Amino acid sequence: MFYNLPFIAVAVIAALGIVTMLLRQNLIKMIMGLSLIESAVNLFLVALGYREGGIAPIFTNAPAGEMVMPTVQAMTLTNIVIGIATTAMLLSFVMVIYRKYGTANAQYMRKLRG
Amino acid sequence: MIPDIIMHNLPAFLIAVPMFAAFATPLIGRLGNERVRDAWVLLAMALTAAVAVLLAAQVYSAGTLVYTFGGASPGIPVPADSGGIPVRIIFTIDAMSAFMALIAGIVGFSVTAYSMASQSRSSGRESYYMLLLLLTVGVLGMVCTGDLFNFFVFLEISSLAGAALVASRVDRGVAVEAGLKYAVLSTLGGLLVLFAVALLYGQYGSLNMALIAHQMQFTVLDMVALVLLVTALAMKCGAVPMHFWTPDAYSMAPAPVTAFLVVASQASLYGLFRVVFTLYNVTLNYSLVGWFIIIIGVLSMVVGVTMALPQKDVMRLMAYHAVSQTGYMLLGVGVGLAVLGDETLMSTFGLTAMEGGIFHIINHAMYKGLLFLTAGAVFYRTGTRNLNQMGGLGHNMKWTMVFFIIGALAIAGIPPFNGFASKLMIYESVFLFNPFLSIIAMVVSILTLASFVKVFHSVFMGPQLPEYQDVKEVPAYMLIGMGILALVVIVFGLFPQVVVDGLVAPAASALVDQSSYIASVLGGI
Repeated sequence: MFYNLPFIAVAVIAALGIVTMLLRQNLIKMIMGLSLIESAVNLFLVALGYREGGIAPIFTNAPAGEMVMPTVQAMTLTNIVIGIATTAMLLSFVMVIYRKYGTANAQYMRKLRG
Repeated sequence: MIPDIIMHNLPAFLIAVPMFAAFATPLIGRLGNERVRDAWVLLAMALTAAVAVLLAAQVYSAGTLVYTFGGASPGIPVPADSGGIPVRIIFTIDAMSAFMALIAGIVGFSVTAYSMASQSRSSGRESYYMLLLLLTVGVLGMVCTGDLFNFFVFLEISSLAGAALVASRVDRGVAVEAGLKYAVLSTLGGLLVLFAVALLYGQYGSLNMALIAHQMQFTVLDMVALVLLVTALAMKCGAVPMHFWTPDAYSMAPAPVTAFLVVASQASLYGLFRVVFTLYNVTLNYSLVGWFIIIIGVLSMVVGVTMALPQKDVMRLMAYHAVSQTGYMLLGVGVGLAVLGDETLMSTFGLTAMEGGIFHIINHAMYKGLLFLTAGAVFYRTGTRNLNQMGGLGHNMKWTMVFFIIGALAIAGIPPFNGFASKLMIYESVFLFNPFLSIIAMVVSILTLASFVKVFHSVFMGPQLPEYQDVKEVPAYMLIGMGILALVVIVFGLFPQVVVDGLVAPAASALVDQSSYIASVLGGI
């Protein structure tokens, strides 16, 4: 049970993110939902890499014991960087939309239909 | 003639050349001389296309190429002391990857040439070219990589660059709205892919596609990963019912960007095929997954073309046709997948169907790119995309009209253009599989022709309108960009058998042959 806690948290955070994206009309809040999903994926990646009793793979003066393969941590870092770039771009889009339309409500984004 | 260091490191150069050029473009733009910057961008794209051609030549003559980044020698994917696990990022370029890289190279060069003139009136051109080169990096990386996480990174690069390019012409905020839609959906798709990658990594402890394919157990988690990957990639390639971003993004982006976004969507399509054929292949229930892909394909064909018929915006109309044409590729390859387990059916029509589907990828990239570029040329001179406000442009824009006719006849599948060659292969082989599907495909083709006759008539035919009395032909750069694609359309249409034997058949058999893909990385295990 305790071992599975991170994965339960992943499911809860991802569900919150999806619900936010689907139900909220405000574009900023939709982007917040997207960020929540991204955090859930990051948490999932890091939780996968946890090995009980494993040590960090730094070879200088390393104590004896199993070392952890740092692939998932590297993946998480990469995804965080990508996430920052994406969120920044999305928010700047919302800024432009707000300036041009005077609203950030998804209900009024109706110029592209059919 | 070409130094060995280049010939031995082509996969690295394929990514490094456009990426270096992309980040150097703003600095060169700072010099203040537009000609120098334009020449730099053109040169970079030409070099990228040249590297893609060289790489394709190498792969087609010598077989699958494996390139290990950061290894002692790029040709050794599995280090001796790693216990048989490929730990580094490995590019695995088989004939299918080289085929896609070739498409990206040709279309990339012609849209860059086109952009030289078509973007000359807009501001922020340094960023435009930078993003265009980055989009190329993303697409080339997606099709060449043999590493799942690497695939995700390149997918994100292409999504970010693509979304920024879609929004680049703000157009009272409408283009930004389309860009926002595209960005949100691509990010969501990317996260689904990453989640699936994490599921696979958690089980097999590796990110290398060949190793995962080798060890694939098809557990419940693998099924979840398959569903996530297929959903996300089908969404990114614009298949119905996840197509709703396509018309918005394609119609609001500048025309050369749209022409390249078609290739970016096809890179996602390639990813979908790669996942199904290379990653899962033998563990799949062929007819179930095959029929799933066929049904998505048929839905895309029918919904795409019926939505295209009533459109008044020429770019939007063509965007719906892009959805519909993607359906043909899915149909062809889906039929191939559905009979993959059966040797006799595979040799009677399965392989032909796959070849038809894959041939259609390159044909679609060429004629669809050409059509979007002609629509952009009309927009460049008239300032409108509304079909009702255009007319009689054939009097003044003769070359654009000729290029449009070539593209329109090719997309409708009229001989002697390339669309006919691949569609005929799809019709014939699918007819043996299920006649009903083949009939649907033909009806969709007729509707496509009807729709393009309408466009042709309302844009180019009729008397000269007073407001377009002084319209001139577009600048030479734009004609060159369109001309390259038109030439490919005609050549492929005149010599389809040469292209199928030389380019398409190796790609199709590379895609089907999972064991040789695995062996090329892991070495005959």
